[in-house]
Amino acid sequence: MVARATAVDAVGLEGRAAALATRSIKRDAKIWGLELAIRCMDLTTLEGTDTTGKIVAMCAKAVRPDPMRPDVPSVAAVCLYPQLVPVAVEQLRGTGVAVASVAGGFPSGLGPLDARLQEIRDVAAAGADEVDIVLNRSLFLGGRYAEAFEELVAAREAAVSTRLKVILETGELGSYDRVRQASMLSMAAGADFIKTSTGKIGVNATLPTALCMMEAARDFHDQAGRKVGIKVAGGVRRAKQSLQYLVLVHETLGPDWMTPERFRIGASSLLNDVLMQLEKERTGHYSGPDYFTID
Amino acid sequence: MERPAGVAPPWEYASAPESTDVVRLEDRYGLFIGGEFVEPKSGRWFPTISPSTEETLAEVAEADPADVARAADAARDALPGWRGLAPAERAKYVFRIARQLQDRAREFAVLETMNGGKPIKESRDVDIPLAAAHFFYYAGWADKLEYAFPGRGAPRAVGVAGQIIPWNFPLLMAAWKLAPALAAGNTAVLKPAETTPLTALFLAQVTQEAELPPGVVNIVTGAGETGAALVDADVDKIAFTGSTEVGKIIRRSTAGTGKRLTLELGGKAANIVFEDAPLDQAVEGVVNGIFFNQGHVCCAGSRLLVQEPVFDALLGKLKDRLQTLRVGDPLDKNTDVGAINSRAQLDKIAELVESGVEEGAEIYQPECVLPERGFWFRPTLFTGVSQSHRIAREEIFGPVLSILTFRTVDEAIEKANNTPYGLSAGVWTEKGSRILHMAQRLRAGVVWANTFNRFDPTSPFGGFKESGFGREGGLHGLEPYLAFDGGGDGGDR
Repeated sequence: MVARATAVDAVGLEGRAAALATRSIKRDAKIWGLELAIRCMDLTTLEGTDTTGKIVAMCAKAVRPDPMRPDVPSVAAVCLYPQLVPVAVEQLRGTGVAVASVAGGFPSGLGPLDARLQEIRDVAAAGADEVDIVLNRSLFLGGRYAEAFEELVAAREAAVSTRLKVILETGELGSYDRVRQASMLSMAAGADFIKTSTGKIGVNATLPTALCMMEAARDFHDQAGRKVGIKVAGGVRRAKQSLQYLVLVHETLGPDWMTPERFRIGASSLLNDVLMQLEKERTGHYSGPDYFTID
Repeated sequence: MERPAGVAPPWEYASAPESTDVVRLEDRYGLFIGGEFVEPKSGRWFPTISPSTEETLAEVAEADPADVARAADAARDALPGWRGLAPAERAKYVFRIARQLQDRAREFAVLETMNGGKPIKESRDVDIPLAAAHFFYYAGWADKLEYAFPGRGAPRAVGVAGQIIPWNFPLLMAAWKLAPALAAGNTAVLKPAETTPLTALFLAQVTQEAELPPGVVNIVTGAGETGAALVDADVDKIAFTGSTEVGKIIRRSTAGTGKRLTLELGGKAANIVFEDAPLDQAVEGVVNGIFFNQGHVCCAGSRLLVQEPVFDALLGKLKDRLQTLRVGDPLDKNTDVGAINSRAQLDKIAELVESGVEEGAEIYQPECVLPERGFWFRPTLFTGVSQSHRIAREEIFGPVLSILTFRTVDEAIEKANNTPYGLSAGVWTEKGSRILHMAQRLRAGVVWANTFNRFDPTSPFGGFKESGFGREGGLHGLEPYLAFDGGGDGGDR
């Protein structure tokens, strides 16, 4: 499947992504898109400084992003480090907001395999609904596709019934051809989602990269009959960007993917910009950043 | 709070129309002769409409032979002054026009879309910027002409150029014609197409504002008879872009007159997709190749040749992609496919499509709601097409793609070249050596690799065989407007 992955032309891909980014999304379509962006958001904190207090606050924000507007939907999930999973599980019980944990030696994925798999089992056992792991780029870029694939299969097994998101770390893969190959490999190994980035390196999600992964998911669905979700992460800070990604989903994968079940945006600071744009659409004018809570 | 789940409703983009307030239309436009708008001696006027609403936008003068002669005389009178101007001064005027086009890009784009029916995103992002780029490019040559063609002797302007342009890219074609002519020191009489004269007339106003000396650019409006009068008028060169049929007539009537001639005519380009191609980008290229500007493109990739192993995959992707094409109001910024330029063209497309069905090709059209008023045609695919079908031979000049298959490289080349035309071709493959091999063997003026319909003012464009002769763009496009002391002028080539 990796060897037969369709080639990708960079100029054409980037041209298509740029063209879709000029779609003009106004009025009702904009409000619907912004609310969907919230419903598809993985509110994320992945810092060494994260504490129980930070997670408690973020969970409150995830459930009710705008205290002044109870009609604003909750986000899809919070995304955090394994040790803090129990805190989030406790905070989010019964809210419908999922708990997602990175695992498997995030962000490099180069620890001992047993330890990485154990970490995945642990977060699943601790009550995480979703687990975000990394593709082993060392194996993948070294051409050891079968081993990279086997690792993902093992991770899939370790994750049991939790939703498995595989991070390709596209900024390290070097070409869109590689992105497409890595997408096919991860989907074939059983990923529920393929995800662009860890957010830990310089180049994170970009529109062309996301488009490339979406085209791979479309082909995978055509060939294997299974719908795999897309998660963009890192660098998505503005409401306008989130709408651009939604346009890509809409015109590449169609309405079946326009749902938190199959599309996610991993972000930490995006939420307030989306809230501000929503408020602007409803009231006709902008308020300031102090009108939105920082948690 | 409970999170809404499940499958989302279709996301309907709210309409996002570009405002037409920027455009100020006069009720009537006279002929632009000697630097001003004048009443036609013919006394005749005709309406020009918006093909998307069928509303009349303005009335335009119809030039008869006497009007055309008057324009040619004005150009002749202006010639010594313009040709004799210091080249750097001439360059300033051409640069000024280029900058005006940029300054007023939005007006030009909206007007182009109103009068021609093409999507605003195309007039905004392609037509107008490219038109400005052509003026900028040729302005740069104006004071460097003696270095442009080493060994050819001292260059001088040919004289008065009669230029006849089509309705598919009205302003861009005017720029392709006027920019090199003016930069080389020629004066011009330009005849825009009868269905789309407005941006050329707006360009006339811009040349007034740029204080271009009167008579350097003259614009006569009208249909075929006006064009015929221009061909017969006292001009030194004819440049024509349009149908092969009319091109042949022009060639006959200029024969033996000593008038120089360049023709840019029809096409039936092959877009060739090999099995190793980047398929998703190829789909975009194929879509752009045939549905860009509703297929009203002489170099449109109207024949798709697909290598058999990827035929099913590519066809599936193409059909899916067609479903996402947004057909409708060309002023909406989200529209992908706009209105057919005229009722006559719509009838022609419909007739050819009918012939395709009758000859046994299988038709596919996406479901889309077309506006009630105006001229519209659904994006159309034909499969099961063979080389002998009319839809594989004749230029349809509409959003209609004929799909054929091939097995080997040689078969692809043979089929691609098996046409009376030879304007452009597209090759989709990851293999660089194959691209070069194809480029050598394809008898087409332009061969695009892993892209399509890409233009640049520095790059020559023109055809083989019934697609015409002479090149536009680049140095090749400058040459027909220059004569050289000490060398043969070439004349009617």
